[in-house]
Amino acid sequence: MSEWQPRILAILCNWCSYAGADLAGVSRMQYPPSIRVVRVPCSGRVDPLFILKSLQSGFDGVLVSGCHPGDCHYISGNYVARRKFAVLKPLLEYIGLEPNRVQFSWISAGEGDRFAKVVTKITEDVRELGPATRLVKKL
Amino acid sequence: MNTTNELRKNIKSLIAEKKVDLFLGWEKGSLPLAATPLFVTAEDQADKAIFDVTCGNNLSIYFTKDKKQFEGRKVGIAVKGCDARSVVLNILEKQIKRENVVIVGLPCNGVLDRKKVLAKTDGREVLELIDNGDTVIVKGNGFDLQLNREEVLSSSCLACIYPDAQEYDFFIGEARGEVPNEGRLKEIEEFQTLSSLERWEQTRAEYEKCIRCYACRNVCPSCYCNVCFVDQNDPRWIGGTSEYTDTLIFHVIRNLHVAGRCVECGACQRACPMDINLLMLNRKVAMEVKDRFGDIAGLDINGKPAMSDFKEDEKQKFIMG
Repeated sequence: MSEWQPRILAILCNWCSYAGADLAGVSRMQYPPSIRVVRVPCSGRVDPLFILKSLQSGFDGVLVSGCHPGDCHYISGNYVARRKFAVLKPLLEYIGLEPNRVQFSWISAGEGDRFAKVVTKITEDVRELGPATRLVKKL
Repeated sequence: MNTTNELRKNIKSLIAEKKVDLFLGWEKGSLPLAATPLFVTAEDQADKAIFDVTCGNNLSIYFTKDKKQFEGRKVGIAVKGCDARSVVLNILEKQIKRENVVIVGLPCNGVLDRKKVLAKTDGREVLELIDNGDTVIVKGNGFDLQLNREEVLSSSCLACIYPDAQEYDFFIGEARGEVPNEGRLKEIEEFQTLSSLERWEQTRAEYEKCIRCYACRNVCPSCYCNVCFVDQNDPRWIGGTSEYTDTLIFHVIRNLHVAGRCVECGACQRACPMDINLLMLNRKVAMEVKDRFGDIAGLDINGKPAMSDFKEDEKQKFIMG
């Protein structure tokens, strides 16, 4: 069997990161085929529950990406999101989940290359950790 | 006892002067280890009111969970330090208006954890409890124990910084001031030195105990959504089982819902029938909120709860480069 390919959920905001991913695609940039994309209206829409739920259902990693601070289509959605993630991330580490499984980034609609880099980076990080086992529901 | 008499006098005058229509306090419970909430509407009922080590209930939960009862009524409420912070949060969150509440602060020396007392008596039933200040005497069939107060206090009280109400209309007795309690986060700091896997195993063992009775949620003064995310079934976000991933997700999300709003009253931990160390998560979240945003829940009546506020230039090291 070839090298194990992690499955990563990418939750992208409609206005910046999703368009950034699209740009990476139309520009034919190379990045690992590890992500499954969910489009949300804004990074402020992302409930920490979505992240935990996807880890529970077997995703090896979660990437959440939105507009850069100051660029939010809804003015302040990503600021609110940032506070949520700022508490969520240390809390997940604290309960003993691997810190690199859940990552956040800001990618604008013009940063197709950055999108490719971010996906490559998180895929490498998660590959190093191996398949998720800790919060996965086994039934 | 002095505080109790003062409190009774205060309630009587508030009712007599028609400053309040209803007063929330505590009365002696039918079981010796827990006081029962008391609703005073007439002067003569005020003599039932007490204040001692058994008055653990955070009475502010009536403002949110039984909201209708208070519409158009002036309410007085007896508060400990943590309860006062809950009342402040209720006011900030527009659950009740400041002008409709009369807050009566009491000097709190901590409240009892029933489970700790029962551990001392080896599970034998306690029939009588006498609060002597530094010591607590418990009596039952064939035993008569004198316990140090610290041994039986709720763990939230042992780590309390603000035992006095910070926002009040009347204060009865002598305020204790801020208690530094430097060792309060020791348990968390020790836990943080463990490796990721060790932490995971301990967390998992702790939350495997949970039976999803939701006592922690129901007793929490900050938990008052009309439909809680665990009860919602379209979409059904979280499984209803007591399997550990489900229970852990429930507790983590509940903690994030009360992030910046938890006053660390410890009601959840006292209510837990499985003796889960729930405050380990709450304190960690409160710590992060304080370190990152400089907020302490319920202290500032002119502020905003941390998670509904933001600043543009916050630290964001955790964001990928």
